[in-house]
Amino acid sequence: MTVKELIQKEKYNVVNYGDDLEQDITKPFCCDLLSIAMSKAPEKSVWVTVMGNINTLAVAELTDVACIILAEGAELDNIALQKAKAQNITVLSTNEPIFEAALTVYQYLHD
Amino acid sequence: MSDQLHLTYNISPDDFTRAGEASSDVKGKLKQMGVSPEAVRKVAIAMYEGEINMVIHANGGTINIIVSPDEVKMILEDEGPGIADIELAMQAGYSTAPDKVRSLGFGAGMGLPNMKKYSDQMKIQTELGVGTTVTMTVKL
Repeated sequence: MTVKELIQKEKYNVVNYGDDLEQDITKPFCCDLLSIAMSKAPEKSVWVTVMGNINTLAVAELTDVACIILAEGAELDNIALQKAKAQNITVLSTNEPIFEAALTVYQYLHD
Repeated sequence: MSDQLHLTYNISPDDFTRAGEASSDVKGKLKQMGVSPEAVRKVAIAMYEGEINMVIHANGGTINIIVSPDEVKMILEDEGPGIADIELAMQAGYSTAPDKVRSLGFGAGMGLPNMKKYSDQMKIQTELGVGTTVTMTVKL
């Protein structure tokens, strides 16, 4: 499943469209501690987190995740949104808890 | 010397909005040079953790990157407080980061352990009240 196909499920709000919507998603990944996410986030994964600050975007950019899903209604602050736009990182959001949001991605991938 | 690339970055103190920019820049340049994705990831993680440490603990500092055909050397110098007990600081989970930093998602005590894990060689020179120099090497 590509990032574009994930968006087309219309399950998530689109906060920012990145520049690589055709990349294939590998798996969901859940983590809120940035140092752990930095070392463990799989390339091209969907990173589900409640952390919506600029450092989240820095970690996403450095680890090459496919996109971020902000769970629990978390939002990007304004500086983080500017960074998402500048770095062309796809950011989605949902009111669902982290587990449910990641589970949905997992189910899409294994349908 | 012509096959070496030397980059220098000044890291601003206490500026979390810019933390990661230097690492991101290095990552981009290494990718352009055709360095393997695995090595690029190792450099990016090790350097980012170092960069964040300098922002949190050391009033910023300077990072020098030297890329040669067989390795990437990262030299992170600061004039911060120094590290009192390196062995303790190297323990996963040990952190002296303030609450403000923890609320941003850092302060898990993984910085130095990650730097050691993702570099092939790491050397720390530190003196209390004078500063710290961390030298990390990733083999290509």
